[in-house]
Amino acid sequence: MRAPTSTIAPQDILGKVPTGISGLDEITRGGLPYGRPTLICGSAGCGKTIFGLEFLVNGIQEYNEPGIFLAFEETAGDLAKNVSSLGFDLRTLEETNKLIVDFVHIDRSQIAVAGAYDLEGLFIRLQSSVDAIGAKRVVVDTLETIFSGFDNPGLLRDEIRRLFRWFKERELTVIITAERGEGRLTRQGLEEYVSDCVIILDHRVIDQLSTRRLRVVKYRGSVHGTNEYPFLIDDHGISVLPLSALGLNHEVSDVRISSGVAELDEMLEGKGYYRGSTILVSGGAGSGKTSLSCILADATCRSGNRCLYFAFEESPAQIKRNMRSIGLNLEQWLDKGILQFHASRPSLHGLEMHLVQIMRLIGEFQPDLVILDPISNLISMGSAAEINSILVRLIDHLKTLQITTFFGNLTSDAASEATEIGISSLIDTWLLVRNIESGGERNRGLYVLKSRGMAHSNQIREFQLTDNGVHLQKVYLGPGGVLAGSQRLTQESKEKASALLLDQEINSQQMQLDRKRKAMEARVAVLQAELMAEEEELKRHILIKKAEQKQVSKDRSDMGQRRQGGADANFQAESKERPDHA
Amino acid sequence: MRDSAAEGPLDAEPGQPQEKFILRLYIAGQTPRSLTALANLRKICEEHLPGRYELEVVDLIMHPKRARTDQIMAIPTLVRSLPTPIARIIGDLSDSEQVLLGLNIQRKAVG
Repeated sequence: MRAPTSTIAPQDILGKVPTGISGLDEITRGGLPYGRPTLICGSAGCGKTIFGLEFLVNGIQEYNEPGIFLAFEETAGDLAKNVSSLGFDLRTLEETNKLIVDFVHIDRSQIAVAGAYDLEGLFIRLQSSVDAIGAKRVVVDTLETIFSGFDNPGLLRDEIRRLFRWFKERELTVIITAERGEGRLTRQGLEEYVSDCVIILDHRVIDQLSTRRLRVVKYRGSVHGTNEYPFLIDDHGISVLPLSALGLNHEVSDVRISSGVAELDEMLEGKGYYRGSTILVSGGAGSGKTSLSCILADATCRSGNRCLYFAFEESPAQIKRNMRSIGLNLEQWLDKGILQFHASRPSLHGLEMHLVQIMRLIGEFQPDLVILDPISNLISMGSAAEINSILVRLIDHLKTLQITTFFGNLTSDAASEATEIGISSLIDTWLLVRNIESGGERNRGLYVLKSRGMAHSNQIREFQLTDNGVHLQKVYLGPGGVLAGSQRLTQESKEKASALLLDQEINSQQMQLDRKRKAMEARVAVLQAELMAEEEELKRHILIKKAEQKQVSKDRSDMGQRRQGGADANFQAESKERPDHA
Repeated sequence: MRDSAAEGPLDAEPGQPQEKFILRLYIAGQTPRSLTALANLRKICEEHLPGRYELEVVDLIMHPKRARTDQIMAIPTLVRSLPTPIARIIGDLSDSEQVLLGLNIQRKAVG
């Protein structure tokens, strides 16, 4: 027996061996039981072999634990070929003495039985392989095949029991795969022998869409997630979605990020969205959801952050082309590698598969912003309750990672506020784009239905897509509701016209006043002139009269002098004192 | 361990070519079952294939790698590599009827 490995735990605590399969180690709180066999059962094509191989390959590459793959079903060559698409290079691992793939060929037609036997050969084989590379992990795929090769079930059961004991004695962590049987976990009842850990893989097709699920049925001596977890097999191997372990204790951010539209930021306290918040934009067909998504993506990339865009409706090329028409150049961000598109048809696989894939890509790309456009297409894939639970888990996951999430949601206008998926409670900022139909036109009206933690605008703005981006115009409230589009323009020009009219009126009145004043002034001038003329006249008259008076008095004194000689001096004085006597 | 018998068609039957048998017996240590198998095999060979068989005994305890290269699961296993096709017989060979059937050897004498 070899020395205990680094993964061994103190005697009484159950040690665990990480599988390196993303998500599974979270569900099992650390991995498979150390030094014990684990049973993986499932029907054909559910991923048992890949599960086992990934356990071994990860063990070698990540934990430096060599492994043995005992294949009863596929030859080493077939196996290597089949899993090369997953990025597993079995040949290299074998050449470097980290892995032994031992194909056990059992062909009953070639075997005759003549007397008592046992399976000691298998044990010798295993022992020799374990010794050769110092294996710590073993996968037996699929053990039950021996029941078709030998016809002594009693003996086989004894030998299987002995094999499990043998594994435990050598503290090998083992995966045994088995076919699902009718009414029980495995065809031959292997679960009776494996008492430590049993995992079921399931591959079911609902509405013509396949979903893979994994469930830990039993894990003696350990807490484990008991739900059915969806998992995905793609070119990166297996990813399990460990969703429900998350709670509502994520951190929140006070940092604000621009929506990319100045007027929209203005509606959100002039600052935009919160980072790490969940934003939903819902609206009818052609209401500009994708444009809003792309503008946010553009703004995010412009500030140097990373954006991951899941498109469920359009191909990336089409989005790029369409966005050029509103003046967005997304190409530059794609070239820089800070924007990544991931387009797939929702019907490609089930909802859960999509989400597993989304989670995996998020893990790989480490974005600051995730856009899902539109989620309504995913919604068509399952029941409301299913979607709700999945989205809750996705949003929680993204919030924990402080990733801003932007969902587009296609709604029929009538039901736009009802959120058929019932995710409104998960949404922090909810924008609604409405088609406003009036005056023979359809125009878009955008408003902020809710936005947690900020004093947002309550206005409906007209949402315009132009050659140089998106603009939000204030709309007019008329008797028939809000006015938008050409009605708004009409209203605007009407207002302009009336303002002009008013201006003109004021001007003319001003002029009239001026004129009046001038007229009045002219009249005053005439009167004054008349007055002056009269004054002159009168003065002249006075002077004439005075002169006449003088002449009269002079004449009189002359006459007196002539009459009285020198005695008229007093008279002269007298007449000067009383000129009126003249 | 190699037993070779002298060549020679001792009991050739008409139409039955006198082929040489190359046999290999895999055992795991000198267990009673292994020894039984070996004894049974020797007896059958001497009886039915005198002088035209080669027998190799492989002890997997001594050569553990051969278990893998030679595809051995059950112990004891008898492999007939010639005449082709390759035939395998497992067990302690106590059932000589089955051994003869498995090796495709005609009975020497009936009754």
